[in-house]
Amino acid sequence: MARAVSTRRKIGFTVAAWVVALLIFFPILYTIITSFKSETEAIAGFSLVPSGTLESYAEVQAQSNYFKFFLNSVIIAVGSTILALVVAVPAAWSMAFSPTKRTKDILMWMLSTKMMPAVAVLVPIYLIFRDTYLLDTRIGLTVMLMLINLPIVVWMLYTYFREIPGEILEAARMDGATLWGEIVYVLTPMAVPGIASTMLLNIILAWNEAFWTIRLTTTNAAPLTAFIASFSSPQGLFWAKLSAASTLAIAPILIMGWFSQRQLVRGLTFGAVK
Amino acid sequence: MGNITLNKVSKSFGTTTIIPELDLEIEDGEFVVFVGPSGCGKSTLLRLIAGLEDTSAGKISIDGRDVTGEAPAKRRLAMVFQSYALYPHMTVYKNIAFPLKMAGEDAAVIDKKVKDAARVLNLTNYLERRPGQLSGGQRQRVAIGRAIVRQPSAFLFDEPLSNLDAALRGTMRLEISELHHQLKTTMIYVTHDQVEAMTMADKIVVLNAGNIEQVGSPMELYKTPKNLFVAGFIGSPRMNLINGAAAARHGATTIGVRPEHLGISTTAGEWKATVGVAEHLGSDTFLHVQAGDVGTLTVRADGELGVRHGETVYLTPSPNKIHRFGADGRAM
Repeated sequence: MARAVSTRRKIGFTVAAWVVALLIFFPILYTIITSFKSETEAIAGFSLVPSGTLESYAEVQAQSNYFKFFLNSVIIAVGSTILALVVAVPAAWSMAFSPTKRTKDILMWMLSTKMMPAVAVLVPIYLIFRDTYLLDTRIGLTVMLMLINLPIVVWMLYTYFREIPGEILEAARMDGATLWGEIVYVLTPMAVPGIASTMLLNIILAWNEAFWTIRLTTTNAAPLTAFIASFSSPQGLFWAKLSAASTLAIAPILIMGWFSQRQLVRGLTFGAVK
Repeated sequence: MGNITLNKVSKSFGTTTIIPELDLEIEDGEFVVFVGPSGCGKSTLLRLIAGLEDTSAGKISIDGRDVTGEAPAKRRLAMVFQSYALYPHMTVYKNIAFPLKMAGEDAAVIDKKVKDAARVLNLTNYLERRPGQLSGGQRQRVAIGRAIVRQPSAFLFDEPLSNLDAALRGTMRLEISELHHQLKTTMIYVTHDQVEAMTMADKIVVLNAGNIEQVGSPMELYKTPKNLFVAGFIGSPRMNLINGAAAARHGATTIGVRPEHLGISTTAGEWKATVGVAEHLGSDTFLHVQAGDVGTLTVRADGELGVRHGETVYLTPSPNKIHRFGADGRAM
């Protein structure tokens, strides 16, 4: 009897999980399906069966150079992530292993900056970018995205480093390891999974960032988010083309996410279960 | 050599004093146990010797050399932690080899020393495993192996057996004692378990609130505790401490009688008592009795003794085994 109930519960949970997952994934799925339709099909009404035409993709590529946007996205997302790690690793390190009375406050303050609406600082940041000639430059956007995601990167790394037992570091010290030896042989290998999942998540965040990338770029440094945006309003609602552009923009990160899902899930749920 | 001297050493965290000024002399080759209740400062004292904490004042010398300001690695000490503190990403071999690698030893020398240590500790078949694939006892042995290969002047053990189950604790206790006999190196061992202290130590240091209450061999502490704290802490089951008229008759404020020094009879004796709980261990029976004004006492009796709950018994303390304490708690 108990087994029957538990099996029924299991089936119930599985069905519920699939329903929720499909609901979340459906917009992406429908975008992909629409990208394989002609414009006439796309506006004809709801249909899950496309004709399979690639004309939208051909047009999108003909109208704008996808690979240029793609390259910008890669440089900005990867560059800002590396830069963020360079700053965040030592910061999180010192907060985790040599905390002071103010460490928690600093961490909270860093996180609080994420609660501010981005538009609130749009004008000053735009003016700074204009005056320092950083508008529409990859370096400007890389620094900007690094600063935006830095609080999350520091928080994630801090959580990871806190999981490394202090006694292991003390053991290394007793075993004669210098600070360098401690970092190279003990700390880094133990922190690699944490750093890797932080890196993956940050790449995704930077890849999908649209507010600043659209406002601070025009052509030279525009990433894929600006690429999608360029297919929306000016030319009217060309759903198939817009879907093709969106699919092209999300495809790389979707593939990366698929292959690294184990690390990502571990990174996102780390410390949640104690 | 492993002669360790603490001279007027103290430790405070902010305004909180953990260890008030203390002096201690540890001879080369001794097995010294720091014992005391939780929070008495025994682990802090060990960490001060290791160099993992800075002293607030005083001087620590190892073999006559002042090491007070020296980094842990330079003190030539090895430490075994309560959590084992093994490197989870390294195999057993690499864990044991790590201190040698840090010391820049030759690969062939490292290999020989690691394999020798593994043989001594029965770890030869586990050298390629990672700590996560080992049992608690095996992990502890790896931690000891990592300490042995350095050939330190002294070993420091910080409650190394407290994460093990009772049976394994007994086995590891013997193994560590055996190791001490083999290596003849100074060992400082921290525990809150007085049985570990009594069974392993050459010398016990009883700590309470950062103060050294008494230093001596296990039997010295057992036979002649200097004060009520040591009397109550050393010995299992605990010494019976009796106040009031019964103590006054012996010219003391408090008298202490160990459970094994109370004679028991069903017909006559000095104190009449009613049996409460009787714990039959086979070899011994521990009786918890209510002896009127004298209070609740624990008696260690023969395992064959057949008294039951509620029965009346008579107790007589062995006259030459009564410990007398004054109003200040010190032995008289």
